[in-house]
Amino acid sequence: MNIEWYIVLSSLLFAVGAMGILIRRSPVVILLCLELMLNAGNLALVAFSRMVGNQQGQIFAIVVMVVAACEVVVGLGLIVAIFRRKLPLDVDSLRELRG
Amino acid sequence: MEAVLFFLAAIGALGGAVGVVSMRNPFYGVLALIVHLFSLAVLFLLLTSAFVAAAQVVVYAGAVMVLYVFVVAYVGGDTESAWEPIPGQRFLAPLLGAALFIELSIAVLASSLLALGTHGPDVNPGFGDPAAIGRLLLERFLIPFEASSILLLLAAVGAVVLANRKRQETSS
Repeated sequence: MNIEWYIVLSSLLFAVGAMGILIRRSPVVILLCLELMLNAGNLALVAFSRMVGNQQGQIFAIVVMVVAACEVVVGLGLIVAIFRRKLPLDVDSLRELRG
Repeated sequence: MEAVLFFLAAIGALGGAVGVVSMRNPFYGVLALIVHLFSLAVLFLLLTSAFVAAAQVVVYAGAVMVLYVFVVAYVGGDTESAWEPIPGQRFLAPLLGAALFIELSIAVLASSLLALGTHGPDVNPGFGDPAAIGRLLLERFLIPFEASSILLLLAAVGAVVLANRKRQETSS
């Protein structure tokens, strides 16, 4: 398969993830959609690494996985903290910081 | 054979992504994301990057998704209210997503990367296997490797502090 197919698939997955972030309002689902976007970026990185025949892109993808794991841990910690304060789990209701 | 595998994995990845966006119950969304991640691991194998595929299955589909399942089970499958703060958000968002995809496609297809239309160069059998990746990580990319370990530690401590805050307030 040509590398083009992988890149187009990756941009399609990225667009689906971005659309999910725009549509959904549950913080858990927004985190899931962030995962979709990060994974689309990973697919593009690995595909470009195969395109140039160089493994450094795969290292980059592994570092992205680490960052994604950190983001999930902190995000889920925030969600648990919100839930334990009996606040609604809805990003439109949590607008205290809004100016 | 490769094309068949690619299209099967691409359909799985795309179906999983659409499932995450469209499932009303977050628990089913997590399950759809697991399908998506396994399909992406197949794509990584097709791109001859065995270690990234293995890490995808072990780290993502194994560890991270278990975390999600626990939190969704703890928080419960909440149903989103039908109230929309921005009128027409549900119709505007797919339009914006489609516009983003078209823009990215134009950027990719109009780029002057000639190697995009090829399979990539022929690589030796050790390309992307754990030995090669481990050598790169511990020799050339040692500092990013150590920095990411510190980042993971910081995130773990931060999550414990965040999730523990209420108990501290009630005790003090």
